[in-house]
Amino acid sequence: MPQFDPALFTPQLFWLLLTFIALYALMALVALPKIGAVLDERQRRIDDNLDKAAQLKAEADAAVAAYEKALAESRAQAQKVIREAADRLAREADERNRAQATRLAALIKSGEQRIAAAKAQALANVRAVAIDVAASVVERLVGQAAEPAKLEASVTAAFEEQGR
Amino acid sequence: MANPIEQFKILPLVPLKVAGVDISFTNSAAMMVLAVCLTTLFLTLSVRSRALVPGRWQSLAEIFYEFIAGMLRDNVGSEGRRYFPFVFSLFMFVLFGNVLGLLPIPAIGFTYTSHIIVTFALAAVVFVGVTVIGFWRHGFHFLRMFFPEGAPLVTAIVLVPIEIISYLSRPISLSVRLFANMTAGHIILKILGGFVVTLGSMYILPGVLPFAFLSAVTVLEIGIALLQAYVFTVLTCIYLHDAIHMH
Repeated sequence: MPQFDPALFTPQLFWLLLTFIALYALMALVALPKIGAVLDERQRRIDDNLDKAAQLKAEADAAVAAYEKALAESRAQAQKVIREAADRLAREADERNRAQATRLAALIKSGEQRIAAAKAQALANVRAVAIDVAASVVERLVGQAAEPAKLEASVTAAFEEQGR
Repeated sequence: MANPIEQFKILPLVPLKVAGVDISFTNSAAMMVLAVCLTTLFLTLSVRSRALVPGRWQSLAEIFYEFIAGMLRDNVGSEGRRYFPFVFSLFMFVLFGNVLGLLPIPAIGFTYTSHIIVTFALAAVVFVGVTVIGFWRHGFHFLRMFFPEGAPLVTAIVLVPIEIISYLSRPISLSVRLFANMTAGHIILKILGGFVVTLGSMYILPGVLPFAFLSAVTVLEIGIALLQAYVFTVLTCIYLHDAIHMH
């Protein structure tokens, strides 16, 4: 076999040494740094993009938080406005009710006074009429006019007997 | 039918002799030069565009890079980083030697990894390098490698010679494994090829059977070419690990 012929060893060893050193130099100085740079660059880009994505996510989260805070604030504000309006309306209604009630009470009172006055007037008229009627009746029955003072006293007594 | 050994013949293309030493440029040397050129062209041209999303060629170059880098990282650790260019060159040199040897290249077609002197020289570089790294990192403490930690002292009589022999046989097993695989594979291919020609020329049909078999064995040989390059490199990594971490 040619593999075991020592005469063929030296040319092969020489060229092996030469080519392998050349390959090592080319790999170490040219090819591997190039590929390594491409891979590093890609890794860097991926990391960059991940960082950017994380940053954007944080921004989005912050925006959502701000939005929710604003929403909660405006909701609270609206509640406050509604509550204030409701309070104000209730207070006004109360006041109006109270005013109306006092006005009505005054009206009722004056009405009652008027009724009482009218009643007293009517009663006084009734006494006068009764005295007149009594005078006429006495005059017809007796034929002479009765003493007005006596007549008035008896009419008054009769009225008091009736319980008035 | 050609002699199956003929394919291993060294043919001087440019006879050279310097100071009485034969350094002729042979078919073997031509294939080495071709392997170096193709490796370099492949690895530099493929990443020339520096694409962020790699194309097919760039992907392949990156796969080779990351395959060897990963192998070195897994087997040696971060200290192996500085030996990456050497291990990578070794892998590519053996891989291209094996694979180009399977191609019927006119005039210079040859498998330099089928020559024991080439594989032995590579293995010797690995062996000497690893030993130097071991002594350089650990000094004479490196000799502890020949006696396992925690074993009873009496066993040293048996264990130390065994360990020394196994250590010294590393370059031999490393080189013979590759050389024998390549040589045997190429002989089988040649013999099967001879069957195809002789049987096929006698009767048309019987040539089909050895041809089918030859095709299958060719696929197997491609697998062996890749596998042996891998084995050679992974063993180098393991030896490096031993030298750096001492078991």
